[in-house]
Amino acid sequence: MSLKNLSKHTVLKAGTLLDPYNKRTYRADLWIKDGFIESIGEFNAPKSAEIIDCKGKIITHGFCDLHVHFREPGREDKETLDTGSLSAMAGGFTRVCVMPNTNPPLDSPEMMNFIKEKAEKCPIHIHPIGAVTKAQNGKDITEMALMFKEGAVAFSDDGLPIQDGAVMRIALEYSTLVGVPVINHAEDECLRSEGLMHEGIISTHLGLPGNPDLAESAMVHRDLELADFTGAKLHVPHVSSAKAVQHIRTMKRKNNNITSEVTPHHLFFNDEALRSYDTNLKVAPPIRTESDREVLIKAVKDGTIDCIATDHAPHTLEDKETTFDCASFGMIGLESAFGVVNKVLVQESGMELIDLISLLTVNPRKIMGFDSDLFSEGAMAEITVIDPDRDWTFDKDHIHSKSGNSPFIGKDLKGTVELTISTNSIYKSQIIK
Amino acid sequence: MLKQKHLLGLEGYPAEDIQTIIDTAFNFREVLERPIKKVPSLQGVTIVNLFFENSTRTRISFELAQKRLSADTVNFSASSSSLKKGESFKDTAQNIEAMKIDAVVMRHPTPGAAKHLTEFIDAIIINAGDGTHEHPTQAILDMMSLHEKFGRLRGLKIGIIGDIVHSRVALSNIYGLTSMGAEVTICGPPNLIPSFLQDLNVNYNDNLDEVIDWADALNVLRIQRERMGIGLVPSNREYRATFGITQERLNKHEKEIIIMHPGPMNRGVEIDGFVADSNQAIILDQVLNGVASRMAILYLLCGGKANVGEN
Amino acid sequence: MKEKVLMDEIAVERSITRLCHEILEHNRTPENIVLIGIHNRGVPLAARIKLKISEFIGIDLEQGSLDITFHRDDFRERLQVPEVKETDISFSLDGKVVILVDDVLYSGRTVRAALDELNSFGRAAKVQLAVLVDRGHRELPIKADYVGKNIPTNDGEHVSVLLKETDGNDNVLLIKGVE
Repeated sequence: MSLKNLSKHTVLKAGTLLDPYNKRTYRADLWIKDGFIESIGEFNAPKSAEIIDCKGKIITHGFCDLHVHFREPGREDKETLDTGSLSAMAGGFTRVCVMPNTNPPLDSPEMMNFIKEKAEKCPIHIHPIGAVTKAQNGKDITEMALMFKEGAVAFSDDGLPIQDGAVMRIALEYSTLVGVPVINHAEDECLRSEGLMHEGIISTHLGLPGNPDLAESAMVHRDLELADFTGAKLHVPHVSSAKAVQHIRTMKRKNNNITSEVTPHHLFFNDEALRSYDTNLKVAPPIRTESDREVLIKAVKDGTIDCIATDHAPHTLEDKETTFDCASFGMIGLESAFGVVNKVLVQESGMELIDLISLLTVNPRKIMGFDSDLFSEGAMAEITVIDPDRDWTFDKDHIHSKSGNSPFIGKDLKGTVELTISTNSIYKSQIIK
Repeated sequence: MLKQKHLLGLEGYPAEDIQTIIDTAFNFREVLERPIKKVPSLQGVTIVNLFFENSTRTRISFELAQKRLSADTVNFSASSSSLKKGESFKDTAQNIEAMKIDAVVMRHPTPGAAKHLTEFIDAIIINAGDGTHEHPTQAILDMMSLHEKFGRLRGLKIGIIGDIVHSRVALSNIYGLTSMGAEVTICGPPNLIPSFLQDLNVNYNDNLDEVIDWADALNVLRIQRERMGIGLVPSNREYRATFGITQERLNKHEKEIIIMHPGPMNRGVEIDGFVADSNQAIILDQVLNGVASRMAILYLLCGGKANVGEN
Repeated sequence: MKEKVLMDEIAVERSITRLCHEILEHNRTPENIVLIGIHNRGVPLAARIKLKISEFIGIDLEQGSLDITFHRDDFRERLQVPEVKETDISFSLDGKVVILVDDVLYSGRTVRAALDELNSFGRAAKVQLAVLVDRGHRELPIKADYVGKNIPTNDGEHVSVLLKETDGNDNVLLIKGVE
């Protein structure tokens, strides 16, 4: 097991600190004592301290993913908070928010507590996102105030778009009571119909029922209007289409309460990849066209999209190793995330590394109201050490999730996570020998 | 002899191989005219007909083709209920592999299922229809029938009429005909035409009379009400009035146009019984050519030495 | 490749005449004979035999044709687009003396395939084989009943029978230097 307890004293030596909060990059050593940052720069650590040579590496904030599915409770065969934590640390993530579409769903203060208590034993920070509606029925809003008190950091019926505009309006209005974002999986189910992939020339060729980008953009537009009207915080998850980006861009010009995310897979793949009928590419919303992908990259660069979120969605082999219509939606994404987005955004699209890191650290933390000033003395250690220039090929051995449904297996990626430190645990990557 | 081991679809299928199949099929037509219609070409070859969806016509046509080639055949029809749990697909596939079957003819409701099957087993796979994706053997028999009628495919003008978006017959015909140098115009209600047609190399025209004026032959598709979850066609009479191949409509045009239909027909909806039974309809030739072209496909795919186990 | 004429028009004609005489000598009830030509050149040969016998004894024999393309056992070695010709046997073979007619007898595989296919058409009383040329090199225990001319050949040699009906002239050629 590559996950170990952190030594009482740990020193990260000779690395380059990349601080996305203060927007600084500088050479310094970093001393962690009892899981907290003791000192940065000049210090005299005790002889007994574990020294980790970070020469040539970049030391930055632990990544934060505000959109994962850890399947607990209910489908512990797919993932648990424990296995999900390891998967997260392997990907450089020290903090995640889990979606409530579990069984039973996270739709009550008791369920918030369930997650909170389990999460205390996990090496990373895990926050529950509460359901917007009871049993995610799309009708009756949950006890948001009580759930907020018990740790809900946002509300979402992810996986089940809130179809009824009036319910969405009520939920947004009510959420202003607690001031956390509502995250609505935006897909109009009538327009989506039986769609299994993006409706376009490729779906025509493959004969697969299409799910038009209109299904997303129409609902995103509705949600934006409702958020603007109610004054609530709206976070648009896994934006996939150029049309949705346009709506968000327009609304963000006048409304500061709108945020959005994109997944690594929507940045990496286009619908041509579906020609393989690889069920691991069956996701909701679907992988779109190359021109959509280009617009997403542009939207990330111009700030229309605020952060990267993996939508890590583990499924068993049986759920995926079947015909395309029967296969479940979703893919895992934590372990491969950095190598993917670093390749697409930095290597291929010329983004600055520090801006990419912000998309994985300060930006998601800001959206969810988490502390972002992590490189200050006395801060709890949430540190990720990366080598952004290392080429590697993602394979099964890199997966720590309980599930293996990744279409990135066999793909060449750029940039590795070498080390992840979270509270009292340290993960050393297998990628470096 | 054919470049691909399987016949999964006609997208990107080599034109010269389509021609080889059609040429061979005409030879088998000759065999079908003989008093003894059986030849021993595929003796010792075992073929399973794996039908996850009902299709009497296609199955009988394949079975007949196999029997006339002296292949050993096994039929497997999966009930739709066991299909709902998609896992059985892999199990079925692996069972077939374990039983040392040489070739599989598969009909399945899911697009891509035939390709999916190639991932599990080594046998030769012939796609007998995968959902709304492709139905290559139907397109080949359609092309053979056109070839028989016109002596060529290059330069022919073919109208495909009806529900294009849900039709595997349409898609395979489009791929096959365009790669053989024919021109294709699709015609049907706008909501039954794919929204994205770029690089399919077809024209779209919603005016059936204009298409009739233009075309050498029409391939009239069955209007599949059961496929449409929601009411995509307002009524039979509206469809018949707008897109139906009626005698009155054909009478308005001065030309003798060839009419094809993959069957089964809804007489009185997409095609009038009178038209279907007339001399300009080659629907029954299509049925005969279906057996001949499936014989050709089986012969060419399964007849090669490399494909047959110990010999 | 070198060609040598082994039989010219007159020789071919003579051989066919001799074949007819032999056939009639061996079969006391000629009206019971049916001629089945094997495609391609067996078919016109059978027609000529029919014509001659009719001239000799005034009986019109029944004549059919057989295409053995799909019955050959070696098609898997060299799969190609088959050139199928008509198989036309529009009469019953039951109790008849079937005389299979072909141009060249070589490995015997064509004849085996023809025998195989013939089975489907009924139970003949006898099946006999008439060929214009026997060039040897049998691979199966098959022997012709009537042979126009024996032409022993070596490796790399090939016998080609040309007939007016199919090739425009009557000639039997020995071709050397064939792979």
